[in-house]
Amino acid sequence: MNAVGSRGWDVPADLEKNPATIPGVGGSPSVPVPEDLRKEIEAHMALYPDTRSAALPALAAAQRLHGWCSPEAIDQVACVMGVTPASLDAVATFYDMLYTEPVSPQAHSVYVCTNISCSLRGADELYAAISEQAGDDEALDVRPFECLGACDIAPMASVDGVYVGPLTVDDVPKLLDDIRAGREVLPDKQLVRRPCADPKAGA
Amino acid sequence: MTETLLFDRIDEPGLNTLAVYEARGGYQALRKALKMTPEEVLGELEASNLRGRGGAGFQMGKKVSFLPHGAIEKYLVCNADESEPGTFKDRELMQKTPHLLIEGLVIASYAAGASRSFIYIRGEYSQQADILDEALREARDAGYVGERILGSEHSLSLVVHRGAGAYICGEETGLLDSLEGKRGNPRLKPPFPANQGLYQGPTLINNVETLSTVPAIVRMGGAEYAKIGTEQSTGTKLVSVSGHVQRPGNYEIELGVPSREIIYGLAGGPPEGRKVKCWFPGGSSAPVLTGEDLDIPYDFESMAKAGTMLGSGAIIVVDDSTPILDVALKTAKFYRHESCGKCTPCREGTNWTVKMLERIDRGEATPMDLEIMASVQEHIIGHCLCVLGDAMAMPIGSMIAKFKDEFEAHMEARRTESSPAGELAGAAA
Repeated sequence: MNAVGSRGWDVPADLEKNPATIPGVGGSPSVPVPEDLRKEIEAHMALYPDTRSAALPALAAAQRLHGWCSPEAIDQVACVMGVTPASLDAVATFYDMLYTEPVSPQAHSVYVCTNISCSLRGADELYAAISEQAGDDEALDVRPFECLGACDIAPMASVDGVYVGPLTVDDVPKLLDDIRAGREVLPDKQLVRRPCADPKAGA
Repeated sequence: MTETLLFDRIDEPGLNTLAVYEARGGYQALRKALKMTPEEVLGELEASNLRGRGGAGFQMGKKVSFLPHGAIEKYLVCNADESEPGTFKDRELMQKTPHLLIEGLVIASYAAGASRSFIYIRGEYSQQADILDEALREARDAGYVGERILGSEHSLSLVVHRGAGAYICGEETGLLDSLEGKRGNPRLKPPFPANQGLYQGPTLINNVETLSTVPAIVRMGGAEYAKIGTEQSTGTKLVSVSGHVQRPGNYEIELGVPSREIIYGLAGGPPEGRKVKCWFPGGSSAPVLTGEDLDIPYDFESMAKAGTMLGSGAIIVVDDSTPILDVALKTAKFYRHESCGKCTPCREGTNWTVKMLERIDRGEATPMDLEIMASVQEHIIGHCLCVLGDAMAMPIGSMIAKFKDEFEAHMEARRTESSPAGELAGAAA
């Protein structure tokens, strides 16, 4: 099988493959879609004057179920939205938060910001420590990420969308323990609990 | 530096809820606006001379006035993608005072005659998007959003739309394509979004901070608001300060204060014993300034005069412990990663710049490479559909121009280290 998510030019096109059509349309076979996923996608489609606007939230929903935008996930979204799988594949490959390589549905996402402000404060060392200590644990999906918009707590990471920082290399074992145990991650380092830096902003 | 319009008691517990927001006078500006005509509201926005807070600094009132008149369906899109490195002000606003954004957005939609609106928030801000969704539900239940708002003729639908991680979706036409469910590739302009934007309809696009300022303008009156700041840069601005400073964070300043007051006075400057080497005044896309430039007033026109830009109001400070090559390489790699690939000068130029910087660091470069790299930057600027390529070329070009000696010394040092001839020369000495 060709790597669906290949971004490089080093994987040849599969010339034997039939062009994919919209599942369930024009005689092409429909694909089974889990009922909850179908409802969620349809709810998103109803919000827009053009239902195709729902592509990002629909793919995100399918990814939550499958762990990544697998061929099966793409087919299911295509079936509900009435678009070709190829058009969704083109969308999925564009965005960093949509994964086109296998990820376990149970995996926790750990984004480590390695952009300029965080790297000035030690993000590269932090990312190295996190990915080394995470090892090949399938429950942890560790990725370096571009600026996450939290340079006030640099260096930082986002764990399943929860921002924590400033982190040191010493915080890493506790951080990973919290994630693996399903606990709230580093509660006293969470961004949402941090007061505004501006002294005039006091309540 | 006494005015706090946006950050006024922003840490008040529960400010994200409608009850607390209303108790401190929230949505009164909307009530006032709905008693005026849309033209009067637009007049106040124009009188305020409020300039867009997302990066381009275009007058908001003028932008609204570009929309065609008549019964055609118009869209209002709030740009909450906030992906410019170093910028995190909108995040704090949306998380702590989401109703301020919703109120400003509804007032702006009334002035613009827009009936459908979207907040495009970057996918990484999922906590903030959840807070916005909850605030929107409350606002809808209270009749501030929806059909015939507060009994007026004005109706507005609002959807919080989550992105999925792409810097280019902060570019307004890339954002529109993304909102239509496509790859976030920027469009050829003209036509501008005011004429053909979302779903080919007239579209007004404003940043979170810009829209959040609108209630204050309606409350105070545009003329009164324009007294804050300088003549061409009115009002207060949220500044995100990060990098080598002791107190990184968001600060609300009056436009026109000396930059030193922000970097040293508010953010505490670099750690003890370190000096400011260079700083980005408006996100990583802005040409860098140096430690000599700290007395430049922080406003749109002074930054433009200094050859850089206020941008999104994100100050990134680099102290003298960091080699300039590291800063340049980090910056260039980011733009290489985020280039959408549509225009050749950007796609190839960002890639070549990274490769040449890496050559310098490996000791394989010659002094001529520095000139070639500078010329690559010149060939990117102005030659693409959007300014992503320029956003790399401008800061990299400024670093080469201002730190040429350091680049050359770095190049020479690495060359000597890595070449056998260098080792021989070292042995002979």
